[in-house]
Amino acid sequence: MLITCPYCGPRDVSEFTYQGDGNRTRPDPDSTDLGAWNRYVYDRVNIAGEHNEIWQHSGGCRMHIAITRSTTTHKISSVRAMRDAGPGAGQ
Amino acid sequence: MRANDESGNLMAEYSAFALIRNALSANRDWKPAWRKPEPKPNYDVIVVGGGGHGLATAYYLAKEFGITNVAVLEKGYLGSGNVGRNTVTIRSNYLLPDNIRFYEHSMKLWENLSHELNYNVMFSQRGVVNLGHTPGQLDDFVRRGNAMRHLDADARLLDLDELKRLMPGLDTSRNPRFPILGGLIQPRAGTARHDAVAWGYARAADRRGVDIIENCEVTGFIKDGDRVIGVATSRGEIRAAKVAIAVAGSTGEVMRMAGVDELPIESHVLQAFVTESIKPFLDTVVTFGMGHFYMSQSDKGGLVFGGDIDGYNSYAQRGNLPIVEDVMSEMLALFPGLAPVRVLRSWGGIMDMSMDGAPIITTGPLPGMYLNCGWCYGGFKATPASGLCFAHTIARDEPHEVSAPFRLDRFHRGAVIDDKGQGATPRLH
Amino acid sequence: MKPQRTGIGGKIHRARTIRFSFDGTSYEGHPGDTLASALLANGIVLFGRSFKYHRPRGVVSAGIDEPNALVTVLRGDVREPNIPATTIEIFDGLVAVSQNRFPSLAFDLNAINQLGGKLLGAGFYYKTFMGPVIGPLRGTRFWMFCEHFIRRAAGLGRAGEAHDTARYERVNAFCDVLIVGGGPAGLMAARAAAEKGDRVILAEFDPTFGGSAKWSGETIDGQPADIWTQFVADDLRSMPNVTLLPRTLVWGYYDSDTMAALERVSDHKVKAETGEPRHRSWTIRAGRVILATGALERPIVFPGNDRPGVMLASAAQRYAGEYGITVGSRVAVFTNNDSAYTALAAMKAAECSSLVVVDVRSQISPAARAAASHAGVELLLGQAVVGTRGYPSLSSIKVQRFDPSSLTTSGVARSISVDALLVSGGWSPTLHLASQAGGRPVWDEEIQAFTPPQPLQNWMAAGAARGAFSTAEAVAEGYAAGGGETADDAEPLPETEPTILLSKPARVFEIKAKGKAFVDFQHDVTADDVRLAHQEGFVSVEHLKRYTTLGMGTDQGKTSNVPGLAIMAEVSGRQIPEVGTTRFRPPYAPVSIGALAAERFGDLKPERLTPMHDWHVEQGAEMMPAGLWFRPRIYAQPGETIEQSYVRETRAARNEAGIVDVSTLGKIAVQGPDAALFLDRVYTNTFSTLPINKARYGLMLREDGFVLDDGTTWRLGQNEFLMTTTTANAGKVMQHLEYLLDVIWPDLKVHLTSVTDQWAGAAIGGPRAREILSTCVQGTKVDNATLPFMGIVHGTIAQVPVMICRLSFSGEMAFEVYCGAGHGQHVWNALLSAGQGFGLVAYGMEALGTMRIEKGHVTGAEIDGRTTARDLHLDWMLSKKKSFVGSAMMDREGLSGPDRLQLVGLVSLDGRALSGGAHIVEHVDPEAPSHSLGHVTAACYSPSLGKYIGLALVSGGKGRRETRAFVSDPLRNRFGPVEIVSHHMFDPQGTRMHG
Repeated sequence: MLITCPYCGPRDVSEFTYQGDGNRTRPDPDSTDLGAWNRYVYDRVNIAGEHNEIWQHSGGCRMHIAITRSTTTHKISSVRAMRDAGPGAGQ
Repeated sequence: MRANDESGNLMAEYSAFALIRNALSANRDWKPAWRKPEPKPNYDVIVVGGGGHGLATAYYLAKEFGITNVAVLEKGYLGSGNVGRNTVTIRSNYLLPDNIRFYEHSMKLWENLSHELNYNVMFSQRGVVNLGHTPGQLDDFVRRGNAMRHLDADARLLDLDELKRLMPGLDTSRNPRFPILGGLIQPRAGTARHDAVAWGYARAADRRGVDIIENCEVTGFIKDGDRVIGVATSRGEIRAAKVAIAVAGSTGEVMRMAGVDELPIESHVLQAFVTESIKPFLDTVVTFGMGHFYMSQSDKGGLVFGGDIDGYNSYAQRGNLPIVEDVMSEMLALFPGLAPVRVLRSWGGIMDMSMDGAPIITTGPLPGMYLNCGWCYGGFKATPASGLCFAHTIARDEPHEVSAPFRLDRFHRGAVIDDKGQGATPRLH
Repeated sequence: MKPQRTGIGGKIHRARTIRFSFDGTSYEGHPGDTLASALLANGIVLFGRSFKYHRPRGVVSAGIDEPNALVTVLRGDVREPNIPATTIEIFDGLVAVSQNRFPSLAFDLNAINQLGGKLLGAGFYYKTFMGPVIGPLRGTRFWMFCEHFIRRAAGLGRAGEAHDTARYERVNAFCDVLIVGGGPAGLMAARAAAEKGDRVILAEFDPTFGGSAKWSGETIDGQPADIWTQFVADDLRSMPNVTLLPRTLVWGYYDSDTMAALERVSDHKVKAETGEPRHRSWTIRAGRVILATGALERPIVFPGNDRPGVMLASAAQRYAGEYGITVGSRVAVFTNNDSAYTALAAMKAAECSSLVVVDVRSQISPAARAAASHAGVELLLGQAVVGTRGYPSLSSIKVQRFDPSSLTTSGVARSISVDALLVSGGWSPTLHLASQAGGRPVWDEEIQAFTPPQPLQNWMAAGAARGAFSTAEAVAEGYAAGGGETADDAEPLPETEPTILLSKPARVFEIKAKGKAFVDFQHDVTADDVRLAHQEGFVSVEHLKRYTTLGMGTDQGKTSNVPGLAIMAEVSGRQIPEVGTTRFRPPYAPVSIGALAAERFGDLKPERLTPMHDWHVEQGAEMMPAGLWFRPRIYAQPGETIEQSYVRETRAARNEAGIVDVSTLGKIAVQGPDAALFLDRVYTNTFSTLPINKARYGLMLREDGFVLDDGTTWRLGQNEFLMTTTTANAGKVMQHLEYLLDVIWPDLKVHLTSVTDQWAGAAIGGPRAREILSTCVQGTKVDNATLPFMGIVHGTIAQVPVMICRLSFSGEMAFEVYCGAGHGQHVWNALLSAGQGFGLVAYGMEALGTMRIEKGHVTGAEIDGRTTARDLHLDWMLSKKKSFVGSAMMDREGLSGPDRLQLVGLVSLDGRALSGGAHIVEHVDPEAPSHSLGHVTAACYSPSLGKYIGLALVSGGKGRRETRAFVSDPLRNRFGPVEIVSHHMFDPQGTRMHG
């Protein structure tokens, strides 16, 4: 599997670390809504199909990237740098 | 009470005698291992998932709880999921008491399973050895082994000489990158024939009246308000007082049909490998301590082995090369004589990776529904206890004592059972 | 007659002779021979024994699909088992032995298994060996007793225990087009792509290019086909944008058109050249892939079809055309299709004395009839072979009338004396890689075979791989796949012979008659086994495979898959595709483990060494691994035990001064205007209030509220911090922080840099540490006013700039001295010489551990991912004035409560050592240990206290202080009383470090 890092270009999956579900929303830091925190930490959208997820180019520029990838074919349909995606995107 | 006694199924008891008798009649009298019934419109319990856990659940519902009006619905062919794709290791060598109690309960069921099912599942207690490479790691092994010993499981330390005797091909010299210092063995642990477990439970459940319905895909849930009262399938609607889900690897998708969009689970692909058949080389199951590698040898002679999950969400049952290369490298770090031996096959299974590495056996999350999932790498060895505890949960609407810690609400309560201590990062469990 | 070399013909180089040995006997062959062809040339017909019944077996194929002729190749003590003799190029000194026989290939005792025929049918082992329900063999014992013998009888070749000293290597390659298969289709594809300027890689399993053109005897472009292919290959070789990879098996099709291939670089050589690997593992990232992988011929299932002398028609043709071998003098062909008729000319040329064709069809094409008449054969149409005779190899066949529509035989059987039987049951496109790429193969009724699925990745198939079996189609499709011009004015394609002998087989896969008819030769799966599987309900293709082991052998069912499906389809009244299609998985054919490990074979992981590593080793330190690092455990003096060493080192550090290498600590530069704010969010305590040139001990939690790591962070400037982490967690903490910055707080202006490897660190501590520093540090004072506890100063040691922070892990007054990694040894030396006369001693991890245990400081054994700040009595570090990572979740029910495992100190009450991993109990019972309260995390002899002590995590530990308990360590048989105490066991007020 190749992932096209927005900074480094196409690289083998072995250079990347999967950082999980990109659909999660971290509650406001001061939030005391334990249910929301629990959902953020433990619950996952685990879809068979197009999946929003976060990867890190840990063996390269170390940038976190937001990827949309099919979990049934492994085909990647979009890649963005997490920081370019704007504050809170991918949360 | 056996539902099929009158049809003469008792005569189909498997034994050496039956084998000889049938050989003399050119094997014409063997009956199907299980019936192929049409689904009925109503059951007491529907078990979704005809894998090891679903079949075992149906068997124990019938045997232990007298609930025989049960259907097991399988999307494809029976045992097509992880029960037929794993590396067949059976062990209870965990660190945390909740895990040890559960898997040791399973181990005790395994020890009599062939007799109980009248089907040789080939459970062979050839031992599982964990190799240790640093003094600290050996201390960790001792902690784990002692935890097992305090809960009536078996464990013992092995020194280098014992390891060498047990595995003549093992490199016990100081040469490797991570020389071996010693090991922990659970002698009662071992391997079984994976398909036989599915088939054995299927046959035994069938003989107690359970309907096993293959090629019957669940396409939706029938609800009365929040309550689940049945399922829509590719073979029509089927209703039941209780609907139990045991579809590890597809849990997310099946639960989505029931309206549960998020669970503490990620589905990951785990690759496994087998070499060409060779003469006996390895008599135990062995694991590497400075990576993630495990290997045993099948009765046919193939070395069966695997390592880490690929590490990303996948339902594709196919992995990629980096893990292949990692696994092979770790194999040769232990057995350098195997470099010329050849890998014959690889395959992938989809693991329900939970947020703490432990499984989920629970009532709910919807009324009328019961859920069994989150087996991570460990579903095969759990099969008997998982089936028994899930059957208990379904029949009694409360958990079996050894599965009580595995309820779904443990995550939110913070009562996680985190054997690896990695937190909610499934790829590290 | 036995097989023998013909007087002329073949592509072997007869002028040179190669000597090799098989089963201890020396034979001769020629360059160009495989082991199989060379043995056939020497009249050898018996190559191996089958898996279950140990039946004598000969060679079935001439290539990678060989199920029977497996041998072990020996190179010294290194054994390479299960290699098809049909794929081994002979070389001078090759040593091969047969397998799975005892005592010899010709006489195998296990052949007695054949007598158990019906008893050992499919799945028999599931029905027996369960043993008695009571008595000494109850439970699993009886099965394990039987299994012992089953295991010894099973298995093929034997693997070696000797370390394989061959070199394996890995290479990455990139191309626009990867073409798999170097037959006419692949060559044309390569030519077309290369002429367009594409970067082309062409991989071929065989040593030479040409595929079937090497032995088919046809003409292409007016030349003998094998000559034509050599011209094309030579042309390609001369092009700079083409890489030719002969002897290369493309075995895996992975995501993003990543292809895995294995090149057999020196297997065919007497000795590898200097630096040359045995195998080279290629990872090829292809822009697109052309599968020109050809097709595999299928056998027909009939009784006695496994007898040596029975082989595929194409194999016999190849043995004749490529290797100059006649497989027999009286030859029969048994076929359900026209393709086998192309073998007739070759057999005639190979000087067979008599030829007979048995064809299940009553009608054949005029071309087939012409070929038969040209070769002068006796043509038996509408007939089938129903049996074979001869030991050890074929001497006659039995032929009967056959009705292809009812699949029944009738009439009187006629016996025909033959010594070779060439079988063709049609052809299956080699679609394995296409299947690996995803998608389900499609059944083609006309060719009675599965064809490749719709591509889900960027590949296309050409020629026989697609089911287009003629050479003309191969040439045209290959050229088109390569991107060749098809305009009217384009150069015309090479002319091929008009081929009409296409494979459109009759739908006949099995001839039912009395006797064992084999579907899977290697695993001894018979047609009856398939039917028994059906009878017992194992009707899907996967159940069939798993119940009978059909297709699970080393040949992976290349010849047996479709016939097996066909028999199941027939018995269950379904069409073949309804039974199911097999999904093929990597590898296409077996691949050496050494090649896949490649450079990591013998060099698994990098070694991380500190700048002072060599010094430690020179001092006789026993080095121990810490993750990828190596650290000194003890600096043993002659005759010392481990305990004596660390006690000496600890005493020196506590009484005078000690120095320890702390370069392995994780170090992260945290820089930027929001650095302090960021640290406030990730640490449980506050860092924004930290003055410049001061350090603070910090604690980090995971989001779920459990402890992640601890360490000190130093403020070097308003916007600049140096964070230290534990050695073990350096990578994890870095990734945690990067995630937070990139994903959660992209608005924060903070930059993180891992600087672990940039700094060398030495911690020097003890009552005389300050004196030592003051003699060697220039540019700053190190007195209490200038360098208070947790203060930082900058100066030089031996002209090298250093940064010194006064902090203490040992409990002594101590200083961590950091300098650029390149100067680490220099500064270390300077500190050591400054310490002469002050009793300075270097100490290792054991002494470090001893001092931290005495002080009750936590490390990885306590921060094990399951403990909370409260468990470790670090709740004083949890700020109540701000939120931080983990703050919202750290008070959940499961993370609090009196029964949690809490950190305590332990003192041994029996004067014996404690050790990590022992458990703690209230009531000790060595015979039946139970009711564990927790476990010892670390233990040592404390020279300061004069006792054996330890740290432990104990349920409700805080409330158990000053009570008695026991260590219970059945694994090491150590039981004894301990007192549970506070984890602060030595100098609890910290007077020593504050000085």
